[in-house]
Amino acid sequence: MPDFCFPAGLVNKKIMFIIKHKKIFIGLSIILVVLSLLSLFIFGLNIGIDFKGGALTEVVYKTERPIQAILDKSLLALNFGSVLLQPTGELGYIVKTRDLNDVEHSLLLKTLSPDGNNALTEMSFNSIGPSVGRELTRKAILAVILISLAIICFIAFAFRKVSKPVSSWKYGFIAIISLFHDVAIPVGLFVVLSHYYGAELDTLFVVAVLTILGLSVSDTIVIFDRIRENLKNQTAIAKINFSEIVGKSLEQSYVRSICTSLTVILVLLALFFFGPVSTKYFALMLTAGMFFGTYSSIFLASPLLVLVEEWQKKK
Amino acid sequence: MWKKIVLALIILILGAGVAFFVFKSEPKLNKNFTTASSFLKNHPFRLGLDLSGGSHLIYKADTSLVPANQVGDSMSALRDVIERRINLFGVSEPVVQVQHGGLISGSGEQLIVDLPGVTDVKQAIDMIGQTPLLEFKTEAPKGTPQTATIDKDGKAILDVNSQFVSTELTGRYLQKATLEFDTNTREPKVNLQFNDTGTKLFAQITKDNVGKMVAIYLDGAPISTPVVREEIPNGQAVISGSFTPTEAKQLVGRLNSGALPVPITLLSTQTIGAILGDHAVNAGVKAAFIGFLLVALFLILLYRLPGLVATLSLCIFISIILALFKLLPVTLTAAGIAGFIISIGIAVDANVLIFERVKEELRSGRNITDAISTGFSRAWFSIRDSNISNFITAVILFWFGTSLIKGFALTLGMGVIVSMFSAITITRIFLSTLSFIGEGKVARFLFSSGLSK
Repeated sequence: MPDFCFPAGLVNKKIMFIIKHKKIFIGLSIILVVLSLLSLFIFGLNIGIDFKGGALTEVVYKTERPIQAILDKSLLALNFGSVLLQPTGELGYIVKTRDLNDVEHSLLLKTLSPDGNNALTEMSFNSIGPSVGRELTRKAILAVILISLAIICFIAFAFRKVSKPVSSWKYGFIAIISLFHDVAIPVGLFVVLSHYYGAELDTLFVVAVLTILGLSVSDTIVIFDRIRENLKNQTAIAKINFSEIVGKSLEQSYVRSICTSLTVILVLLALFFFGPVSTKYFALMLTAGMFFGTYSSIFLASPLLVLVEEWQKKK
Repeated sequence: MWKKIVLALIILILGAGVAFFVFKSEPKLNKNFTTASSFLKNHPFRLGLDLSGGSHLIYKADTSLVPANQVGDSMSALRDVIERRINLFGVSEPVVQVQHGGLISGSGEQLIVDLPGVTDVKQAIDMIGQTPLLEFKTEAPKGTPQTATIDKDGKAILDVNSQFVSTELTGRYLQKATLEFDTNTREPKVNLQFNDTGTKLFAQITKDNVGKMVAIYLDGAPISTPVVREEIPNGQAVISGSFTPTEAKQLVGRLNSGALPVPITLLSTQTIGAILGDHAVNAGVKAAFIGFLLVALFLILLYRLPGLVATLSLCIFISIILALFKLLPVTLTAAGIAGFIISIGIAVDANVLIFERVKEELRSGRNITDAISTGFSRAWFSIRDSNISNFITAVILFWFGTSLIKGFALTLGMGVIVSMFSAITITRIFLSTLSFIGEGKVARFLFSSGLSK
């Protein structure tokens, strides 16, 4: 880790660089968030069967996979509405349909293996009725609202003590802005991935968003706490150079901010590269969330704080 | 000093013991598993359907015709019936849950059925869909040949079934069963109310069988054999006997479900083949192992001796968590394993916070022992804050979630709690025993790290 091996003076300069060019970093974050939101509106969310209902059948053929065009034709004859056939692995297909009852399900399997000699194994079958999907959607929205409220309450609690020269609700507000930034970018990333690789918005996506909220809020709070601690230690409030104190606090806390995130990112990368298929996108989103959570507490939240203080002075 | 060393040794031995338990209670890791004690055998990891393979069915129960205050009763009666039906089928560890409708969960009463190992959905659905069979049988006329078997002790056992003959009266004619307590004896008794046809049939049966037994059969097995005292014309029957209140309540539940008070319809099905589950388990174990190695490497390279100590407490953390998964038990899903893996990363957060503080204190000129103790006490607030937000998320996710989310929230939440203990208490005890290495150059080197000057 040669990056960290700077003598104190140099580190300080490096950190002050962030404060000095804060508008560049804030601008960068704004661009990333805007890009994420744009991709969300352009590509839209690819909502999975967890939420909208439907059926997903995965089969693997024993010896040879039938040609897709032929299967497409015979699947069309089933009258299941739109049937989507995707090849998976060497010998498999994933079939996406509307939700199926058990009669329709066995009909589908028969169609996929018309002549008995092309045997297949059904790896998984998942059929979710529209009402279950609606219920889950409701639950997910409620959970997002509740967790956001709980986190905001937590932030309000963490910043309950009044502080000068920037009032404490502004700390809280900036913490929430950077939290939004931390969630928006992974969501944008997911939208792009789902557009090009067909990842679907499922229950785990919602869990990932909510976990990012929990994981990334603490980083910002730790750095803000340091800033206020350093402000308190200052004897004469009038003499405070706010941006210098923010820089000093950043210098004191950026190593451990990066290190605590790095341990989590390490295990998430292990999960992404070696873990089960079902949690791949989940791990990727959390990695992005963790990365931008740390990035934002150093390169967005603290510069924003200095910017706010400067605006106040101008007034 | 000696006290600290003894304490550290005790923790090491306990930790090793927990790890040994985890290791020995896994069939794949213990060669002598078949001869192991039943305690070890009874605590394998409990795998969720996405890992073990199996079926997950969600039924909607139509309770629109049931009075509001009896919905709960009929739902648990429904669950009992389906549970017994599945047990008859020989599925190991099925889970049948009632999910009540309400503000949070929304849409109506639901029944959730998990069948590990059952990958033939059609068979599973058929098995559950059968209508429970309630029958009333009368004593067979005298002289009917009776079958008897002789068991290995040489005693003759009379086959109960040959003593009774079927009647026309079945659960189809039962309107409902209720639980009552005798006003004098306080004994529980079960009231049956037949519908019109049932009333007539029952009157006829009781008229013909005064002084004899009438057997009530559920799914082909006698559950009660009351003796008829007189003809009963009003379609009301009372089963009294030496029930405990629980037994009586159970019987009422079964009888009511025999009459099938709540029709059910299948809402969604999920089946995961065993192969896919196996892949997921192997991948999960591999990811956990590699994740652990990366974190250990990171800690040791960055924090040297304290890093090694933190790795040791991370090992104890992992042993404790895995043992809890077995003992509680926690049903592990792919998402649950993800939660566990993430908690490995979070578990060392506290250590990183502490060690960074210790380094700061060392730099400000304290000796090693002082630096460690101030480092620990000063880092506490940051540790508390960073864990609170994770814990809030885990609790709300657990409260809200479907089984998939619950698995993740539970393993993550447990990880957060146990890691507070392992990263703070255990690491501290271990580190404080190391103060004997003194204040020399070597010691300073071991306690500082390559991160700063």
